[in-house]
Amino acid sequence: MAERSFAKEVEKLRLGAGEEFSGEGILAITKALLQCGVGYVGGYQGAPISHLMDVLADAQDILGELGVHYEASASEATATAMLAASVHYPIRGAATFKSTVGTNVASDALANLASGGVTGGALIIVGEDYGEGSSIMQERSHAFAMKSQVWLLDPRPNLPSIVKSVEDSFELSEASNTPVMLLVRIRCCHVHGQFIAKDNKRPAMTVAEALDSPRRDTKRIVLPPASFLHEKEKIEKRWPAAVDFIRSRKINEFFGPEIAEVGIVLQGGMYNGVIRALQRIGLADLYGETQVPLYVLNAVYPLVEDEFLGFCQGKDAVLVVEEGQPNYIEQAMASMLHKADYTTRIIGKEVMPMAGEYTGQVMFDGVSTFLRERAPRLLPAQIRAPNTTDMSQDVSDLTALVPGRPPGFCTGCPERPIFAATKLIEQELGHHHIASDIGCHLFSIMPPFELGATTMGYGLGPASASAFNSPDAKRRSISFVGDGGFWHNGLTSSIGNAVFNRNDGVIVIVDNFYSAATGGQDILSSRATNRSKSTKHPITEAVKGMGVKWVRHIERTYDVNKMRDTLREALTTPETGPKVIVASSECMLNRQRREKPLIDKAIKGGERMVKPKFGVDEDICTGDHACMRLSGCPSLSVKTLDDPLRDDPVAHIDQSCVGCGNCGEVADAAVLCPSFYRADVVHNPGTWDRFADNIRRKLIGMMQNWRERRRLEFVDA
Amino acid sequence: MADQAPSTVPEADRIIKLAVLAVGGQGGGVLTDWITAVAEVNGYRAQSTSVAGVAQRTGATIYYVELCRDNGRQPVFALSPAQGDVDILIASELMEAGRAIIRGFVTPNRTTLIASSHRIAAISEKIEPGDGRAPSDQVMAAAKGSAKRFISFDMEQMALDAGSMISASLLGALAGSGALPFPRETYEEIIRGSGRGATASLKAFAAAHDRAKDVEAAPDAFPPQPIPSTPNVKGPQQLLSQWQSLNARVNAYPELVRDMALRGLCKVTDYQDVAYGTEYLDRLDQAVKLDSPGYALSLSAAKHLANAMCYDDMIRVSDLKTRSKRDTRVRSEVGVKDGTVLRLTEYFHPRIEEFCGTLPTGLGRYIESRPKVSAWLDRRINRGRRIRTDSMSGFAMLWFIGGLRRWRRSLLRHQVETAHLQHWYKLALDHVSQDYALAVEILNCRRLIKGYSDTHVRAFSKFDRVLSGLDLVKGRPDAADWIRRLREAALKDEEGTMLDGALKTIASLN
Repeated sequence: MAERSFAKEVEKLRLGAGEEFSGEGILAITKALLQCGVGYVGGYQGAPISHLMDVLADAQDILGELGVHYEASASEATATAMLAASVHYPIRGAATFKSTVGTNVASDALANLASGGVTGGALIIVGEDYGEGSSIMQERSHAFAMKSQVWLLDPRPNLPSIVKSVEDSFELSEASNTPVMLLVRIRCCHVHGQFIAKDNKRPAMTVAEALDSPRRDTKRIVLPPASFLHEKEKIEKRWPAAVDFIRSRKINEFFGPEIAEVGIVLQGGMYNGVIRALQRIGLADLYGETQVPLYVLNAVYPLVEDEFLGFCQGKDAVLVVEEGQPNYIEQAMASMLHKADYTTRIIGKEVMPMAGEYTGQVMFDGVSTFLRERAPRLLPAQIRAPNTTDMSQDVSDLTALVPGRPPGFCTGCPERPIFAATKLIEQELGHHHIASDIGCHLFSIMPPFELGATTMGYGLGPASASAFNSPDAKRRSISFVGDGGFWHNGLTSSIGNAVFNRNDGVIVIVDNFYSAATGGQDILSSRATNRSKSTKHPITEAVKGMGVKWVRHIERTYDVNKMRDTLREALTTPETGPKVIVASSECMLNRQRREKPLIDKAIKGGERMVKPKFGVDEDICTGDHACMRLSGCPSLSVKTLDDPLRDDPVAHIDQSCVGCGNCGEVADAAVLCPSFYRADVVHNPGTWDRFADNIRRKLIGMMQNWRERRRLEFVDA
Repeated sequence: MADQAPSTVPEADRIIKLAVLAVGGQGGGVLTDWITAVAEVNGYRAQSTSVAGVAQRTGATIYYVELCRDNGRQPVFALSPAQGDVDILIASELMEAGRAIIRGFVTPNRTTLIASSHRIAAISEKIEPGDGRAPSDQVMAAAKGSAKRFISFDMEQMALDAGSMISASLLGALAGSGALPFPRETYEEIIRGSGRGATASLKAFAAAHDRAKDVEAAPDAFPPQPIPSTPNVKGPQQLLSQWQSLNARVNAYPELVRDMALRGLCKVTDYQDVAYGTEYLDRLDQAVKLDSPGYALSLSAAKHLANAMCYDDMIRVSDLKTRSKRDTRVRSEVGVKDGTVLRLTEYFHPRIEEFCGTLPTGLGRYIESRPKVSAWLDRRINRGRRIRTDSMSGFAMLWFIGGLRRWRRSLLRHQVETAHLQHWYKLALDHVSQDYALAVEILNCRRLIKGYSDTHVRAFSKFDRVLSGLDLVKGRPDAADWIRRLREAALKDEEGTMLDGALKTIASLN
């Protein structure tokens, strides 16, 4: 993470007891880890937990002072495997990643860790990327907790609650010898709030101390017969210990009146949404004082049966607010009531949607319906029998009108020319099967490129094309993988697999020097010098080491001609085996972060600097927009001319252009039109620059004059 | 606590809910932070959330803030906006305002909608070969109907004028709207404290603040239609007097036609010479003669004849790129300041087709009819060339090619273009007597021809395909309508897939 400084955030990690912390949720968790005396932290970046990694990466000094080991893990599996340090040693450890994608990757290590159990508190912070703004498949982390029998906390989304949850998690883990997952959703991670800090604590045992006095215990290793004993131990010892801890420490919370005919059971993360619905109905006040009893599950797994049954005592019906599916909690609770012979009705997915995020409206509708059906007496008249249920207006016209605005490549993105070249080669050689991967480059599936048929997981682009390897085929498959995915998993699962199975396809490795989609963290092949990490390991070397014979390296992706020619060669060469093209150019977002302040400073300091920008000659542009069908750059847009002779808007490049060169290169490679120009402004020109410019402009001016004096010149009035 | 009613909330203590709909990269996060900070200095508690991440890159993004007067106790804030429950909605672009309305975040009983009226075209709007942009006026109308108050003006331009980002002018509009109970100075104090670019931000803030205060008194009207301008003409006396006589011919046209004809005349004269202007008017006369009040035919002819006569060849491109007014325009667009030096690179990719087009007709045809010679030459010509027009050699080369203008009439491209033009124009005029509307539509089909090289070839093919529908619809009362539909379909996508579909529909009509 060379291009952004988190110095301001790092300072917040130093706050001592009694001081007020103010900031984002995910940073509060980071601070809480240090307050809990964590001994080591690892993880894999990804929204919404990237910030935890980024800030810790910049907090080397604090970590050093406390004796905390921090690692940017190679993958979520690595991060979870790292928690093995808490198996034999009383060291608290934490791993973090995005879920469920990360949990999927981690599940091998997670299952092994959960089987043997832990001595030191082992915490996994999962950023649940579900609902609006999510970039992954919609699944729940809950299933992982259940299948491996690790405990799952889902705290109320405010800073004091999530900080307390981190503390509880470590203690719960230690009390039950079981790893604990702490689930935080996107908005909770980005929520801005306050809590009162405590002093940071040195770990009870540091990793250095552990290394110096190694321990082992065969009983904790996953191999028969220990593994069979582990399963029994989970059920007989660890589970009851966890339930006792959750009950005795009052992890779950009760709000509202003790006696009522109905109640609501909810995941901690749903608390604010439920309160808002009750506020709108008129059954809760500003501060969350509610007239409907709430049973808030800050621990969603395991459930505390007697606690739940106690809550149901005397109630006719209970609503379970559980986001996503399957509705594990609702099913479990229905079973508990049934077995205990209760008559209380469980209402859940009848009034709440089975699939999709519980947004404000969904929550309001669901809770209102539940109360209207089960406790109409509580409701104010207008909710019980609303006069105007539908405040919404007819927006069907507008829906057809307003264009979608999906995410896409940033201005000047070096991946854009790779896909422009791919589109051009497809115009030449026909359509191919294209396998995509996870990362910014997945935006290729959107207009204007519309390239790519599947995405199967991080680093699995080429692997997902492995079936398409047939001697009978006349075309090769093309697969993409980013540098992030390449190092995460792709080197073995994709490249190694292709070499071993003699795959004949074309593999493009998109190398932009960072794990860009997750916020620009450094990875092995990053070009920057990193204080605490080893970088500058070329992808080409790794690929060759894996056994690939046909490797081409493009050092400037903006060279669309070269990119297209290399693709053509890869698709047509008689050589067999995988054809790997490594296309390298720096992520423009990070490059701008790095270079812009330096350039501005240099210009102010009187240094000679050249700043490029592209432009369009609007009288040469015919408004066919061919360039935009090969670009999609935010800075290249359409503009209406003040000229009734022209029906269609012309191309226009706005001030945000960073002069990457894609427009000109594409115009050349696709033989578009000569309306693009590149303007390089030389700031603080030298004497020679100025002298030559002066002479040239005089001569050019003379030539222009000569001609313009002999023709009619139209000057706009 | 069983029967305790929720404490009645005084109006001043309710939660104010504010959502920002922005396009990734517009600084929605900065705006949200500012609003939160302003609330806090005014003794409010505030909570902001967003869904940052990859989904944000250039895509539509929502930021959400809730604020409430601080009474020493933490209220429970929600983490996302709900339909029908938003007090202030800030849209950083007009279509985002439309999206907010669709999502139900704008309601007539409570929402103050603050929206910048400028457009950022979405990809889908940009990639159509025609004009794919969504009509702004319908969103404007919907916004007026949906919001309790609607404050809208071009906040992007205002920010640019101040050298700042739209987040500053959006904050200004919010302050000026008075929708939040905070004094102006507190906003300014927060901006001042944000460091870099604060001066420019304050300028944008102030402009938007003042405008927002006035906007309800005098709601933002649509920009007035530009008044047709009579061009200033400079040149040698002899040419000027010739020009005057052409001008007189235009003035003799019906008033409705004059403006378009004059613009066309300027365009073709500028393209070639006064004689070419005469040719243009001679052609246009034919349409005017056949026309009747309403003058749709003459207007279409005036527009499309000019465009057809000014085909894009190497001479035109070179000429336009070497003019002094182009130099001035580029310098102002790029923002070249005194004391800096501009270097200018042009991207050309000539092919054998363009080369032959610039040869005398006979020679050009000779080469074109010999594939081997063509291929041999193409190998030498067909590659990208970057020409520095700030350098003497690059400029001189283009200047020279631009000078071939005087021989243009004898070159191959001119023969081809003129033949095509005559065929098309005659086709249209021949239809006037039977079906006036159809004749106009045939003229309008000229709009399809644009682009260079492959795009140009495709455009020609679409033009031919549309006119191939002519025989199928001729004689039908709705023939003109069908041709218009075909043309619009042709402008929808690059390959003409929609057009082929429309042609099939027509074929099934009979």
